[in-house]
Amino acid sequence: MTNHWRDIKNADLILINGANPAEAHPVGFQWFMRAKLDRGAKIIHADPRFTRTSAVADTYLRIRTGTDVAYFGGLINHVLQNNLIHDEYVRNYTNASFIVKEAYGFNDGLFSGYDPAKRSYNIASWSYDTDPATGFAVRDMTLENPRSVFQLMKQHYSRYTPEMVSSITGIPVNAFNKVADLVGQMGKPDKVMTIVYAVGLTHHTTGGQLIRSGAVLQLLLGNMGRPGGGMNAERGHANIQGNTDHAISWEILPGYLKIPAPGQKTIADYVAQSAPKKSDPHSWNFFGLNYAKFMVSTLKGWYGDTATKGNEFAFNFIPKPASNSSWMTIYDQALKGKMEGVMLSGMTAASIGPDSNQVRQALGNLKWLVVMDALPTTSSEFWHAPGVDASQVKTEVFMLPATHWIEKDGSFVNSGRWSQWKDQVIPPQGQARHDHWILADLFQRVKALYKAEGGKFADPIMSLTLDYKNPTKPELDEIAKEINGKDLTTGKQMTSFANLKDDGTTTTGDWIYTGSYPDSGNLMKRRSGIQDSTTNDPTGMGFYPNWAWSWPLNRRVMYNRASADLDGKAWDPARPGITWNGSKWVGDVPDYPATLAPHDPNAWLPFIMNGEGVGRLFSNGMVDGPFPEHYEPIESPVANPLHPNNSASPVAFLYDKAAGRPDRFGTPAEYPYIATSYRLTEHEHYVTQHVPHLVQLQPKPFVEIPAELASAKGIKSGDQVRVSSKRGKVEVLALVTKRLGPMTVAGQKVYQIGIPIHWGYVGIAADSDPSHGRYWMANALTPFVGDANARTPEFKAFLVNLEKI
Amino acid sequence: MPTVTRRDFLKVGVAGAGALAAAGLGFDDAMAESTTVKQKLRIAGAKELHSVCPYCAVGCSLVAYTRQNSNGTVELLQIEGDPDSPVNEGRLCPKGATAMQLAVSPRRVESPQYRAPGATGWKTVSWDFALDRIAQNLKASRDATFVTTDGNGNTVNRCEGIAFAGGAAFSSEEGYFATKLMRGLGLVHLEQQARV
Repeated sequence: MTNHWRDIKNADLILINGANPAEAHPVGFQWFMRAKLDRGAKIIHADPRFTRTSAVADTYLRIRTGTDVAYFGGLINHVLQNNLIHDEYVRNYTNASFIVKEAYGFNDGLFSGYDPAKRSYNIASWSYDTDPATGFAVRDMTLENPRSVFQLMKQHYSRYTPEMVSSITGIPVNAFNKVADLVGQMGKPDKVMTIVYAVGLTHHTTGGQLIRSGAVLQLLLGNMGRPGGGMNAERGHANIQGNTDHAISWEILPGYLKIPAPGQKTIADYVAQSAPKKSDPHSWNFFGLNYAKFMVSTLKGWYGDTATKGNEFAFNFIPKPASNSSWMTIYDQALKGKMEGVMLSGMTAASIGPDSNQVRQALGNLKWLVVMDALPTTSSEFWHAPGVDASQVKTEVFMLPATHWIEKDGSFVNSGRWSQWKDQVIPPQGQARHDHWILADLFQRVKALYKAEGGKFADPIMSLTLDYKNPTKPELDEIAKEINGKDLTTGKQMTSFANLKDDGTTTTGDWIYTGSYPDSGNLMKRRSGIQDSTTNDPTGMGFYPNWAWSWPLNRRVMYNRASADLDGKAWDPARPGITWNGSKWVGDVPDYPATLAPHDPNAWLPFIMNGEGVGRLFSNGMVDGPFPEHYEPIESPVANPLHPNNSASPVAFLYDKAAGRPDRFGTPAEYPYIATSYRLTEHEHYVTQHVPHLVQLQPKPFVEIPAELASAKGIKSGDQVRVSSKRGKVEVLALVTKRLGPMTVAGQKVYQIGIPIHWGYVGIAADSDPSHGRYWMANALTPFVGDANARTPEFKAFLVNLEKI
Repeated sequence: MPTVTRRDFLKVGVAGAGALAAAGLGFDDAMAESTTVKQKLRIAGAKELHSVCPYCAVGCSLVAYTRQNSNGTVELLQIEGDPDSPVNEGRLCPKGATAMQLAVSPRRVESPQYRAPGATGWKTVSWDFALDRIAQNLKASRDATFVTTDGNGNTVNRCEGIAFAGGAAFSSEEGYFATKLMRGLGLVHLEQQARV
């Protein structure tokens, strides 16, 4: 989230897409209701299913899954055509005025630079005209130049008429227009809208652009950086935010530094290819300027005395991947016989999928599998799953009992970036050990083997800093201090990443957490909350700056310089983010130099983290287009009404095709219905299959079937049905519902079926069922295909058939 | 009327509800009984600790109560929403409210389990056995799939044949530590739930 949970109460209008917070994040949803009840905010819920979120929304739009780019595109077109943008913001705080290279173009669904053989773009033309004298981007502050981002954007989205939006999304034209009218009012400076989304937007082959389309709309309305505004991702696991920040992710190092690429030999090479570049004289480019300092301080933290200026701070110790190494790639490599061992912790590959049958085959191709978990999972048990002959599975499997969250201390970071420390409440059950103790112990044993036997490039293993009181049992408090970093010349904890250096005299584990643990103590433990709101929330905006700690630097709303106008006054004085008081910025922790006056000749542009210094309506940061464009899901019943010749994303990654395996996509003739997967209040992914009360509340798997379709098929609630895709099937109960219904899309009647994901062959329900949950996995159905940017699987839109058993 | 504990009272309440449904009568009697119960708080004298809900990422703060029994074991008595939190203000959803059943469960795996290739069952093993064997596997797979220089002559120092995935249920500090160790081993396949 750019903002945070409690901040949603500050909004005038709340757009919810690809999310069902009333059921999936119910306690966070209280802040949506506070906005509605206390300030009369309107809630617009666009979702394939009418859910409890829809029930309390002011408007519910039944939208076809995977078409939110068209919805947001239609809203973008509405505010552009009717001049409803926040003019001062767009002109000064976005790249609307930047002039784009003549070579950039878009035709029949393809942006310039497409290579069909490689299924990828050369993005060289997606950039700005530069002034040869300065190297900076050329701008036209009138926004009238036909090559300005503003005019190109206007042209691009002119195709997204209400009729076109309706044809793609299935939302009736009049319903869409009513919403567009409401959204169009949010460009007034004293109005603010928030967009909230979850995996209903990310789990598509267009996932990255689905989110970007919302962000573009928010920039046009001047809603980024403001309390009550922003783009807010509701995350689904307790600490997925923290451990994304800490880079358990193939493409990054801690703090969203890029993983180095082959060919980079020095820190300078790495920074040149990774860091943002300043493209305007008034852009601070803070991230780009400090990239080397963050990287060197991380390397110094990891490799200690071994990391010296003479050896580029051990830069060559960091592995450099040949190509994408994300979730599906792991199993793709296993299918190819190139992956030998997998370690899973609190994450069950077999259920998560996509294409669970193919993933199970991949697990069976491994030499060894280690599962670290508190409870059995479908991965620890895959080798004797129903229908599997265990004697034929050659994988060596280890199940290591790990401790639960409540058996150890440490922090969890919520969706709003609040890092909240927790106590160890109870001792470990049985012989369970903490995950990090298991890993620390394993590392020491591996190190001992390399010492004794030698082996491939052991230098990083030998010199990795493990300066803990007990290297096999580090305390999380010790690690929290390490993450914060210290000044090696004084021995003091760092107080801000602004003080990190690239000369080897400072360390950090993750620069965005620098400041969380100064010498005064662990700020994540702070507990000044609503017990005294007068003292603890001095601005009254809900920041609660002394409750826990949020990155970066305890800032509660990111990009908050954009919450104030050119004079430093709040756009809406009733809802300030930061404001200039004549000598400094006050309010939230400023995302800006604290004493830099708004009219100082050297004042920086507001978005200090990118090269432009302004929000990017047009961006070369994505590999599938500088403007979000609607593409159909890979499996879709209709051709894209915008450009049927290039219907689906031309750059989505087709794993099976790339690997030479048979096609596993179905056609609408065989699989006529659209399916989407989702989650229930009473379950969380798969672990809650072990929690008796929750299993009692939601005991058995089911699919939601629209009443009209069920009637045509003679299916009643409680009947056993088979839902099948090209990849697999589920056999579960039917729940016939009016929450789903027929839609007209591209002139054609289509149905959507809803499939909750939580069941499989492990858990209380499976134990008590004669089938042992053999055909209970929703992800047996989902396609093994990834978004071009993030390689996120398309869990939320695929084709199925439906039969009564 | 005898003194009943809160737990006993709840049992009575459930049975009573069934009886009520059958008879359609007697509500006043049940209420009268409830008001005369001498409640003894389960958390009386307990130690109060702070935690965070293990499920979604709203980040609801929890208050957890424990007591040390006479045999030295620590018993988890109660988990409830933390009323001081600006995030949840004491509220919890059905998952958070039943977090105790995740925290303490007879379904837990309590010792390391090993399943040899082709074996049809688990074998309980010692930590030393499991960790030694995994360490050997790690080293063998690392050595077998480690690339120091790629086809273009670039130093890449990567291990291609081992993947680590997980972390959304870890504390942040454990996650950071996992990243550090796995990159230290040269892994490139590193993932958690962000994409899935």
